[in-house]
Amino acid sequence: MELICPAGTPAALRVAVDAGADAVYCGYADETNARNFPGLNFSRAEMREGVAYAHRRGAKVLVAVNTFPRAGAVGPWRRAVDDAVQAGADALILADIGLLDYAARTHPGQRLHVSVQAAAANPDSVRFYVEAFGVKRVVLPRVLTVAEIAAVARAVAPCETEVFVFGGLCVMAEGRCSLSSYATGQSPNMNGVCSPASHVAYRERADGLVSRLGGFTINTFGRGEAAGYPTLCKGRFRTGPATGYLFEDPVSLDAAALLPALREAGVAALKIEGRQRGRAYVEGVVRAFREALSALEEGRPFVSPGLLSLTEGQSTTQGAYRKAWR
Amino acid sequence: MVPNHRRVAALPPLLTAALRPLPLAPLQPALALALRAVLRRHPRVLARLGGHAGRRFGLDPTDLPFAFVLEPRPPAPRIAAVRRLPRRGLDVRIAGPIRALIGMADGSLDGDALFFSRDLVVEGDMAAAVALRNAIEGDGVDLIRDLAAALGPLAPPAERLLRGGLGLLERLARSGAGEEARAWS
Repeated sequence: MELICPAGTPAALRVAVDAGADAVYCGYADETNARNFPGLNFSRAEMREGVAYAHRRGAKVLVAVNTFPRAGAVGPWRRAVDDAVQAGADALILADIGLLDYAARTHPGQRLHVSVQAAAANPDSVRFYVEAFGVKRVVLPRVLTVAEIAAVARAVAPCETEVFVFGGLCVMAEGRCSLSSYATGQSPNMNGVCSPASHVAYRERADGLVSRLGGFTINTFGRGEAAGYPTLCKGRFRTGPATGYLFEDPVSLDAAALLPALREAGVAALKIEGRQRGRAYVEGVVRAFREALSALEEGRPFVSPGLLSLTEGQSTTQGAYRKAWR
Repeated sequence: MVPNHRRVAALPPLLTAALRPLPLAPLQPALALALRAVLRRHPRVLARLGGHAGRRFGLDPTDLPFAFVLEPRPPAPRIAAVRRLPRRGLDVRIAGPIRALIGMADGSLDGDALFFSRDLVVEGDMAAAVALRNAIEGDGVDLIRDLAAALGPLAPPAERLLRGGLGLLERLARSGAGEEARAWS
C-alpha cells in the first residue's frame, strides 16, 4: 500500500519525502483546494520546485484542486489544473465533475484521482467517474466500515481506492457539509476552508478556554482539558438538560491498528490528513506509519505509532471503520 | 473530559525570578540581529505573511520575565523586548513556555499539538496568528540554525552551542517540573 502524506508547505513536502512518503499531496495558495488557510500552500514556482524535489527522491506529488468552482468563474480552477500538469504532477485530485471533464479532455494523459470532497461512497458513483473521466483512483469518504470499503474496492477494481488512516476526522459527507457556512459564510467546498481562522476567537477565562466561531460560542475547555479545533461538528452544545458533543468529540482518526484489515480489503493507498500541520507533525506521523507499513510487509509484530500527543483533543478513534453505533 | 498532557515544561520559577532584575537593553541588538538573520535566509516568510505582515504580534514566554513585540512589516521588520506586553495595540498574543515558542520557531514542535495540549494560548486575530505560524513553517525556518548561520565560518560550533543551551533550558524546565510535582505529592 502507498503512503500518501500531507504537505501544506514546501518545507513540509521535503520533510514528508525524507521521512518515507511514497507520495505527497498539496495545493496552490488559493481557493482551488480544500486547505485554503492563511500563509499555507504553494506558489506556482514552489510547486515546480516541490515536484522536482520529490521526483529526485522517487516520490510522487498529487495536486489537490478539490473545491467546487464558482458558477461563471471557473478560470482559477482550470488554471490550477493546467499549472499542476505543467509542473509535473503525478496525479490531480479533483472533486467537481465539470473540472474532471475539463482535465480529462484538456490533458488526456494526466492521471486523475477523485477527491474525498466528491463523497463517492458506492460502486455506482465510483464507476461513473471511471467511465466518464477515466479516473484511476478514488479517495473514499470517512463514513465507511472496513467491510464496506472492501466491498467497494472489489466492485470498482481496477480503479484503486485510497482511505484516510490518521489525522483530523471529518464525520460529515465531505463536499456536502455546510456547517461552516452557517456560522461564517465560508465552507471547505466553495472557499477551501472549514471554520476560517478569520472567524475564530479564543478567550482565556477563569473557567477555561472559550472558543467562538462566527460569533457563536462552540466550546469551553476546562482548565485540565485537552482542546480541539473550533469546528461546529466538534462543538459542545447545551440541549435541554444536557451539555455535550452532539456530532463528534474532538478526536483524531488513528487506523494504524487496522492496516492489516485495510490491506486485506484491497486498499491501494493510505492517506494521512494534516496539510495545515507543522513539520514536526508531518515527520512524526509519516515516520511512524512508514515503520508500521514496513512491519506489516515484513510480517513483524505491529507496534503502535504512539502519536497521541499530536492528536486533536489528545484522543484517537477508529471512526466509522469500526461503527460501534450500528 | 480528556485530561491534557502538557508537552512542554516551564522554566523553574526561581530561575524566572533570578532573570527579572536583568536589563533588557543588551537584548535588543541581539534580537534585531536574530530577526535579520532569519529573514535573510528565509525571504519568503514575508511573502507568506502577505497582508498580515502589517500586524503587531505579542510573543509572551510565560516563564520569562519579559516578552517580545514583533512587527514584521517590510521594509523595516522589527522586534522589541518589553517587560510585559502592552494591553492595547497588539493584534495577536501568543503565549506559552519559552521552549514551546522556540520549538515552533525551529520546527521541532507542532503548533496545533501545543494548542491541543494547552501549552500554547493564542488570542486576537487568528488569521494573522495562523499566517505567522505557516510562514515560519513554510520556508523551513530553524531559529537555531539560522542564528548560527549568521556567524559565517563559526556556524557549526555556534549551532552546537545554541542547541546545547536549548538542551540546558529543557533540563532546567524538567527539573523544575519534577520539583513542583514533588512539592505537591
